[in-house]
Amino acid sequence: MQHLSIYAPVLPEIVVALGAMALLMFGVFRKATPGGDFATAWLAIGVLLLAAVLVATGTTGREAVFDGAFIADGFARFMKLLVIGGAVLVIIMSFGNLARQGLLSFEYVVLLLLAVLGMMLMISAGDLIALYLGIELQSLSLYVVAAIKRDEVRSSEAGLKYFVLGALSSGMLLYGASLIYGFTGSVDFGVIASVAQGQSAAGNIGLTFGLVFLLIGIAFKISAVPFHMWTPDVYQGAPTPVTAFFAAAPKLAAMALLMRVVFTAFPGIAPQWQQIIVFLSIASMLLGAFAAIGQTNIKRLMAYSSIGHIGYALVGVAANNEAGMQAVLIYLAIYLFMTLGAFACILSMRTKDGMLEDIDSLSGLAKTNLPMAFVLAMILFSMAGIPPLAGFFAKFYVFAAAIKAGLYPLAIIGVLASVVAAYYYLRVIKVMFFDDATQSFVPVERGPGFVMTIATLFVLLFVLVPQPLVNAALAAVQSLQTVIPVP
Amino acid sequence: MDISSAPILSIVTFLPLMGAVIIGCLNRDAKGNARWIALWTTTITFLISLLIWINFDNMSGAFQFVEERDWLDIMKYKMGVDGISMLFVILTTFLLPLCVISSWVVIQDRVKEYMIAFLVLETLMIGVFCSLDLILFFVFFEGSLIPMFLIIGIWGGPNRVYATFKFFLYTLLGSVLMLLAVLAMYWAANTTDIPTLMARSQEFFSPEMQWWLWLAFFASFAVKLPMWPVHTWLPDAHVEAPTAGSVILAAILLKLGAYGFLRFSVPMFPLACQEFAPFMFGLSVIAIIYTSLVALAQTDLKKLIAYSSVAHMGFVTMGIFTFTTQGVEGAVFQMVSHGIVSAGLFLGVGVLYDRMHTHEISVFGGLVQRMPIYAALFMVFTMANLGLPGTSGFIGEFLTILAAFKVNTWVAFLATTGVITSAAYGLYVYKRVIFGVLVNPALKTIKDLSYREIAIMAPLVFLTLLFGIYPAPVLDVTAVSVKKLVAAYEAAVGPAAALIVP
Repeated sequence: MQHLSIYAPVLPEIVVALGAMALLMFGVFRKATPGGDFATAWLAIGVLLLAAVLVATGTTGREAVFDGAFIADGFARFMKLLVIGGAVLVIIMSFGNLARQGLLSFEYVVLLLLAVLGMMLMISAGDLIALYLGIELQSLSLYVVAAIKRDEVRSSEAGLKYFVLGALSSGMLLYGASLIYGFTGSVDFGVIASVAQGQSAAGNIGLTFGLVFLLIGIAFKISAVPFHMWTPDVYQGAPTPVTAFFAAAPKLAAMALLMRVVFTAFPGIAPQWQQIIVFLSIASMLLGAFAAIGQTNIKRLMAYSSIGHIGYALVGVAANNEAGMQAVLIYLAIYLFMTLGAFACILSMRTKDGMLEDIDSLSGLAKTNLPMAFVLAMILFSMAGIPPLAGFFAKFYVFAAAIKAGLYPLAIIGVLASVVAAYYYLRVIKVMFFDDATQSFVPVERGPGFVMTIATLFVLLFVLVPQPLVNAALAAVQSLQTVIPVP
Repeated sequence: MDISSAPILSIVTFLPLMGAVIIGCLNRDAKGNARWIALWTTTITFLISLLIWINFDNMSGAFQFVEERDWLDIMKYKMGVDGISMLFVILTTFLLPLCVISSWVVIQDRVKEYMIAFLVLETLMIGVFCSLDLILFFVFFEGSLIPMFLIIGIWGGPNRVYATFKFFLYTLLGSVLMLLAVLAMYWAANTTDIPTLMARSQEFFSPEMQWWLWLAFFASFAVKLPMWPVHTWLPDAHVEAPTAGSVILAAILLKLGAYGFLRFSVPMFPLACQEFAPFMFGLSVIAIIYTSLVALAQTDLKKLIAYSSVAHMGFVTMGIFTFTTQGVEGAVFQMVSHGIVSAGLFLGVGVLYDRMHTHEISVFGGLVQRMPIYAALFMVFTMANLGLPGTSGFIGEFLTILAAFKVNTWVAFLATTGVITSAAYGLYVYKRVIFGVLVNPALKTIKDLSYREIAIMAPLVFLTLLFGIYPAPVLDVTAVSVKKLVAAYEAAVGPAAALIVP
């Protein structure tokens, strides 16, 4: 048994993988109500919580398994906790809704577990092959989930669109990975880093090419402009609980992957990737701000909003310093809570006749359901970055990092874009608070209500005790380091 | 009770927030309770804040009642007041109970939310004046946008959505640029402690950096103040805001900008201030003359007062940028005085609005025949607004013009023409509203002030006259802090350079 203990760092992943398979069997051999399989959903939550506990008690130092293909460190721990936490909250808030649509089948739950497993592998990837396997496991599960409402055209279209564009991005990513392998002779991030170190821009054209394609592939996954086209359509087309899941967990995992790649595999040629990230960041912030103005569907609005938020998080990556990495982690954690809260509200936009998605259907919400209007307003103010709400501190840290790195134009464009973005958040608040009520929603269910409470408390009270999250993020980035394996 | 050990500033700052939380716990229809809780909270806050004034040491230029606690990295939760900020804390706590009473009958829709918004706003405004940490200041400063946005947007006039969006986005645009400057200071000084930044700004920031920081802060404060040409949000916001919202906007929120200049720009970037002084004089003079002329042409009472506020803020910036004791003291006095007078004017307009549901000047005329008490009280505010000696408006204008005269005669000359125009529009509007023949049949039954309304206006009238005749309570408090500010400025730029020759 002695030698098995070297696999201890992978234990959370093993638990999720075995859990997913066991639930598959459980679902097949059990006669559950079709489309209303609450038992499997609760078991999945149990599996995820168990994995979370294992992650939390795991190492904060750095442990590499499978010849460095899998890395467990403080950074991975931080991100995995966010991803698992996000997944658990999404499942909790979406059961009721899914069961009503007849979508809460065990396949859905198992696919979510597999997607989470893929994300955990992405976060811990230590070489290009593990990276690709993680991405594909996550993506393939999500393609199916996006199209889970088979008999509806919009959902199928969303799934297909996501699949085609996702496959394209995977292709580019693979192409980039093979170029990098060709020019460095290894798939291991540490070896790539040591080869790339100190190479002049002219001398490493091939490596730079590979880097560009790799970043394009990841940019698709985080939906950074100009690789964002799938986001609004998929957000709108997929069933709302699925959209909530898309907005939260996969983005976080892909951002973690991006950070691990650029900071541990390519620290030596930082100026090359910094240019790309700065461009992606500016384009995402501006498009996220301007394109959202004209939206009338709240899910599309959230899609553009998430594009904008990724732009802000990328500001921290572009800064290429410790403050920047810390800022990204803080940003992602706060973004997760805000997004979950917002989608909990969107899931509660329901009348007796069914779900609503128009922003106008929120009109006069402050008169008919003040708590929900208050929650959504606070989350939107927070997304706009108005203090003393949590979103302000997210923006504060990324722009602080940009200023420290001397990226003044990026910071100025960023804050100006945030003013434009404030406009469309305010527009939703205006509809809820200033307009007259036209209809009233059915009371908020317990699941979304629970998530709303958590998100609101987080957003409102973060200002009182910001230090724990900030410290945790700092500890996480300090463990993220390039390790060159001894041959 | 030994108040020197109690965290009195935190109590004053967060007591209103506690009141808001209590109101939030009430059930939906508890209108009356919401009003009473709001009134009690604001009154108790005011009484406690008086303890600050009583225990304030006029002879000390240092920050007093300082509290410090760890908050976040190098940022601290640090509160404290000096002679400049203390008066604004009192002004805020003094005006809030009046706002609550003035909204007692008028606001019938969503009373609970209304009172919560005002109490949260009070906390944020007091926090701005008390905070001694750059980031903490920014949090309070920017946070005040949220309740004000809702107050104008929910309880405002017909065009309220446009007005409140304009208010919010204008102010936000200025503030985000300031945020970048704050971040640059954060890294350059590696501290966000305001007293430290004030004392050691010359080591931390190179002259070139000061120049950029000054511009970024200017972007925020100029919009908030507001200075010409970024004042256009103010008339819109005032016209649409409910009466109490206008009072707070004019009396407190506008002061945040000028306070920012005094707290940050002058002590932290003196070299840039010196360089920009002619620019600021130019803008101030334009504001005084241009907006006074614009006020002359207004047909809406609230718009007229809004433009006159811009003109009065012109005197404030002019006074600050003379960098003399008289000028800065005059500016602070002008701010306090304008806080009282503009509150009185807006409450006066509110009285008319409650009866006639319009602020159009042409609707009124001959009110003195039906409302003699109102006519008398409104006259005091009008006279104070145009700077009649014997009212508080005179002292501030006089001191700032006096200081400007020593620094630059032309600026003083042009500013004085503004005093004449302000007399013109003040008297003209008073004549059109109060005197003349009562022709509008709707006014034949208009009632004079109720006891409640007299109770709101009386303290303001009293203070206007008191500070006009005996300004010492205000000047004594500010004197030492202002002297310290001016001395620090002169030490930084060299005494000879303090004089700007035309």
